[in-house]
Amino acid sequence: MCGIAGLIHRGKSSNVGSELQGMLQALKHRGEDSTGYALYGDTDGKNFIMRFKVGENVGEGSSSVMEDVSVYDERKKIVDQTLAEMGAKIVKEERTLPYSLRYEIDFETKDLLDFSQRIESIPGVEILSMGKSLEVIKDLGNAKMVCDRYSLDKLVGTHAIGHARMATESGVDIKSAHPFWGYPFSDVSVVHNGQLTNYWNNRRVLENKGMRFMSECDSELIAVYIAQKMREGASLEEGMKDSLTGLDGVFTYFVATKDSLGMAKDTMAAKPLVLYESDDLVAMGSEEIAIRSVLPHEIDTYDPFDGEVKVWQI
Amino acid sequence: MANIKTSEKKSKAQSMGMHTEVLTGRTQQKFFNPDEAENFYYFGTYDVDFNKRTDLDVMNMSAPEANKEIDNLMSQGYGTIVIKNPQGKHSLGVGILNKLNLIFEGSLGYFGMGSCDGPIVRINGRVGWSCAENLMAGKVVIEKNAGSCFGAAIRGGDLICKGSVGARTGIDMKGGTIIIGGDAGAFTGFMMQRGRIIILGDVGINLGDSMYDGTIFVGGEIGSYGSDAVDAELTSSDQDWLRRKLKVAEIGEDFDVSKMKKIVAGKKLWNYDNLEPTEKKGAI
Repeated sequence: MCGIAGLIHRGKSSNVGSELQGMLQALKHRGEDSTGYALYGDTDGKNFIMRFKVGENVGEGSSSVMEDVSVYDERKKIVDQTLAEMGAKIVKEERTLPYSLRYEIDFETKDLLDFSQRIESIPGVEILSMGKSLEVIKDLGNAKMVCDRYSLDKLVGTHAIGHARMATESGVDIKSAHPFWGYPFSDVSVVHNGQLTNYWNNRRVLENKGMRFMSECDSELIAVYIAQKMREGASLEEGMKDSLTGLDGVFTYFVATKDSLGMAKDTMAAKPLVLYESDDLVAMGSEEIAIRSVLPHEIDTYDPFDGEVKVWQI
Repeated sequence: MANIKTSEKKSKAQSMGMHTEVLTGRTQQKFFNPDEAENFYYFGTYDVDFNKRTDLDVMNMSAPEANKEIDNLMSQGYGTIVIKNPQGKHSLGVGILNKLNLIFEGSLGYFGMGSCDGPIVRINGRVGWSCAENLMAGKVVIEKNAGSCFGAAIRGGDLICKGSVGARTGIDMKGGTIIIGGDAGAFTGFMMQRGRIIILGDVGINLGDSMYDGTIFVGGEIGSYGSDAVDAELTSSDQDWLRRKLKVAEIGEDFDVSKMKKIVAGKKLWNYDNLEPTEKKGAI
């Protein structure tokens, strides 16, 4: 089933980590195999923040193979060497869990494609997100478990999207969890609720154009599809509108960038979405109870119609 | 084909205009006979007094707890119950099978007022997916917007949304009336079998797709017609009925019904018959 939630504060920052945790926890009955956050925090915008993993969480019903921590250490060492070879300086390093790391990197580039390809050429290493504001944190378990594990409740920022996953067509592991980074675009992330039926056709086309897929989760296609459209010169909104015909199946998805948040709903309106809009806040989720976790007072909400695309700026 | 006889006995049912046919032969269908009402017991129903009123705050209750408490209050004879702080919870107010004046001070989540038979409900907020699914009788009024599958499979009663509704409104409905004050999404009236849908605003694509029967009235623009949905003439009796219905529903009383479009089933998809497979073999 899966549940998605997102919010964007306009003109101010807020404790988006804690707010999104509340929204996703309210949706945990829609799936708690894994939960993911894409948080857009307040930063000085100088350094890249790279969230990456050097292994999988092998507990909590994971379908991944157990590896020794020394294997993770070895992969981390190669990542550090590769960054040094590329002239990227690690300003700050955090290792929240043996397999999950956060680096702040001083690195000058406009095209992250080559950078990402070199890092991900290291076996077992996957970049979860790359950007000046975006941080993708995803792991097995429900929203509260993941939030507690990564201490996300204090993160202050402008907007966020997240996903509570019930694994159906791919494994219970971090690589198949949402959100997906819009590789190789800085600060682009995607969450999705639904099923895509032309996944393999699209994947083959996009791989031939040089795009990469890290999982066999159909939702990853949306991130790659939108990213490819943007590479070809489309705006975020244009890419999303194009996806309504380019992607086949049933879907409601959110895309976030450094300064915007968008939603798209398929032409059959088969997947739910409830929206709340005011001058200073937009909140949305698969069910109204997600919005109620941040806005407990009486509010006006509505369901977007079939084939609708909307984008909001911070 | 079943041998249909008509009962000669003049009964209370006949005077009420109800079905009186007695089917014999293959089909052993029985219709409800109010003359035998004393022999029927409708499990889970109560005699309530509309003048006996109470409030129920469900802020810290789960949906099953809230529904049990509503049931408990009805068993004590409360006929008017005001629900405070529903907070978008799912499945509130389901399975009420008697007359009741129920007011929600807020919004409901999915499956609100499902499988009800008789209550008069006012929701001063929004409702999520599948509101009043399988409604059999009564009236449900939503003051704001509604999600998809609004009034799915209803068999009777009036379901009114003063705002806009999502996709597949009235899917598989088998009777009753759905009235929408705003716009409606795609596949409105999808596979509907009986009943009426009134939409004062615009409606999305595939209106009335694969409808077997029933009628849809639209006041605004239509995105597109679904398979086998066709225009029909809006008669003066249709207009009279629409005016009456909108007035009773307290919605669009001043609406110019003469400009509404009427959509019915073209019945080109009617390619079934009454024969069971074994009978077909015999006929061949």
